[in-house]
Amino acid sequence: MSGLIIDDVSMTFELPNGGKVEALKNINLDVKEGELMSVLGPSGCGKSTLLNILAGFLAPTEGVMTLSGEAITGPSSNRGMVFQHGALFEWMNVSKNIGFGPAMKGTPQKEIDAKVEELLDIVGLQEFGEKMIYEMSGGMQQRVALARCLANEPDVILMDEPLGALDALTREKMQSLVLDIWKKTGKTIILITHSVEEALLLGERLLVMAPRPGRVLKEYNLPFAEMGVGADLREVKQHKDFGPTRDEILNMIWDMEEEIMGRTEEA
Amino acid sequence: MGQEILDVLGTTFWMILGIIGIFCLYLAVSGLCYFAHNMYNKGRDKAKGYSSLKTVTFGDESSVVATRAASIAAVITLFLFWGIATGSKLLPIGLPGPFVGDTSFEYTATNAAGDTANATVFVRIHAADNKDAPKPEVFGDGGLSFAKSDVILLPERRTKIIKVQNNDEGGKEDGYKVTAVDGQAISPNQTVPFKDGNVFMTRKGSLSVRPATGVTMEALYLPPPELVWKRFGNLWTNGYLGVGLWENVFWSLIRVVIGFALGCLFGIPLGFAMGLNSWLRGWFEPIVEFMRPVPPLALIPLIIIWFGIGEQGKISLLFLAALWIMTIAARSGVSGVNIAKIHAAYSLGATKRQILSNVILPNSLPEIFTGARVAMGVCWGTVVAAELVAAEKGAGKMIIAASKFQLTDIVIIGIIIIGIIGYGIDVMMRIAENKLVPWKGRG
Repeated sequence: MSGLIIDDVSMTFELPNGGKVEALKNINLDVKEGELMSVLGPSGCGKSTLLNILAGFLAPTEGVMTLSGEAITGPSSNRGMVFQHGALFEWMNVSKNIGFGPAMKGTPQKEIDAKVEELLDIVGLQEFGEKMIYEMSGGMQQRVALARCLANEPDVILMDEPLGALDALTREKMQSLVLDIWKKTGKTIILITHSVEEALLLGERLLVMAPRPGRVLKEYNLPFAEMGVGADLREVKQHKDFGPTRDEILNMIWDMEEEIMGRTEEA
Repeated sequence: MGQEILDVLGTTFWMILGIIGIFCLYLAVSGLCYFAHNMYNKGRDKAKGYSSLKTVTFGDESSVVATRAASIAAVITLFLFWGIATGSKLLPIGLPGPFVGDTSFEYTATNAAGDTANATVFVRIHAADNKDAPKPEVFGDGGLSFAKSDVILLPERRTKIIKVQNNDEGGKEDGYKVTAVDGQAISPNQTVPFKDGNVFMTRKGSLSVRPATGVTMEALYLPPPELVWKRFGNLWTNGYLGVGLWENVFWSLIRVVIGFALGCLFGIPLGFAMGLNSWLRGWFEPIVEFMRPVPPLALIPLIIIWFGIGEQGKISLLFLAALWIMTIAARSGVSGVNIAKIHAAYSLGATKRQILSNVILPNSLPEIFTGARVAMGVCWGTVVAAELVAAEKGAGKMIIAASKFQLTDIVIIGIIIIGIIGYGIDVMMRIAENKLVPWKGRG
């Protein structure tokens, strides 16, 4: 009984004008322990809502979720979250940020220091422990965010477009880092992204979601994540299945976007 | 009502002309300095780059930075204008000042018999501060004819009436009248010039002597820089009305510090409470939103009625000036925390209390500092104004007392010191801000 089970979860938002939005409808998912899952979909398909529900920031209107057999009823340190931007604490240096979770739990300072040292090494920021957050580039900040999440040793890591704000080159490096960390730590990772390529590279399992109501449209099981561990991601992209899968998903998303635009125009 | 508004509009029109005039003059000097500056720098310029093409801003950094040479030249120009306008003795050249010294004019009188005769009026004009100047003496025998010479002593820039007929033979008789000054015909309500001023004939036929005033400003309105400097030295050692210069400034500062500290002490927790609790926010919002736009100066009368003119009233006023600003700053600091930070802290296992002290509190510090800077500025302005109304000691009290005795130099010194201290407070707050919340604006 381990892993994350999502059982018939629905989320309906009530609008101030009395209308209702079905952000998620009857989502059923079974995420195995150690699985790397990417979630893709056009804006408004409810992927961020799903992540926020999993993190415990939102309560679903229907359905239950369990992690290792325990129901999810709120935020907890066994589900870590990496945000796109702005979630680091600017008033603390890098080490303090990374050690925040353990410090809140009252872990002895010595253990925290050792843990921070180890994590700085893993994310490649050995020399930067004393730096302040605002002194670092966007890519480095996301490394800190990753390390801060790992410091708590969560069972599941939820990533909300963690690389969305980075430039292409930094993004590629960070994708490799995510794969490394996944392999090294064996954590369950659920990653939301807007980039089809990223979803292909960072998903053993890839969910394509569709909007109105938010639902899972299609599911893929892909070999690219496994191939990408420790390898050059550009080579992975040369794989014969990579291009066709990407095009197929892109077409699917294009169709959905057009449908949304059409509906808006009618309205 | 309509006429009053027309008057206001008329005044405004003349003010606009005046402002444009002064501004153009100042700008013209600026243009000259700019020209000189460029001539001097010609050929010294290192690689030019294209920074001149960055006309407005790049991100947060403005590509337009102040040219320091211009600032220095501007301040020097200001002092030069001051010196020139007041006829400062520090400057080698200057505008013509008021006439001081001995002069004279001749008048022609006709007596009742129809005879005419001439006599001289000896005029001595003394400097404003030389009150013991002796009267001029009459040269010669005072005139052999019925018209006799006169003397008159008056301070610079002043006007004085002289009744030349009083010592003339037959001057009291009907038919006697003065007909000319320095050979120029004069009749009542007319003005004729003599070599160092002019003479006006009153309706009753007396002569009013008006020495030339020059075009410089009178020290009563604007004393020259050297006089202000001299007064500053005097103030520094002797103080004014028994209170030392720095004692006055110190008292103003003490009031500001205490009022501001009290404002922070109550305002910040109040702001936090309003930012964190819906009930308390609702409870305090009416009073905070009502009091915020009330200028602290408008509270002075009420404060005086309640607390009198002692220290308690002034500190209460400054407390009220700082309180609302700090409350609103703390409230928006708390409300402005990025939800991602709160969510991150929760999923890192922090409790509500831990989030309050480790995330919300430090996250609100930049806003609180911005509020503190504003509050300090407002407090400083308010304390000076409060002292103008009533105080024993203080920078504002010093200048209002001096103004009642028309000691313009002390008023000017006071204004300069108040300005420098206000600026100093802001600089210190900025330094503290950089030291304590270096992440401000870089989140």
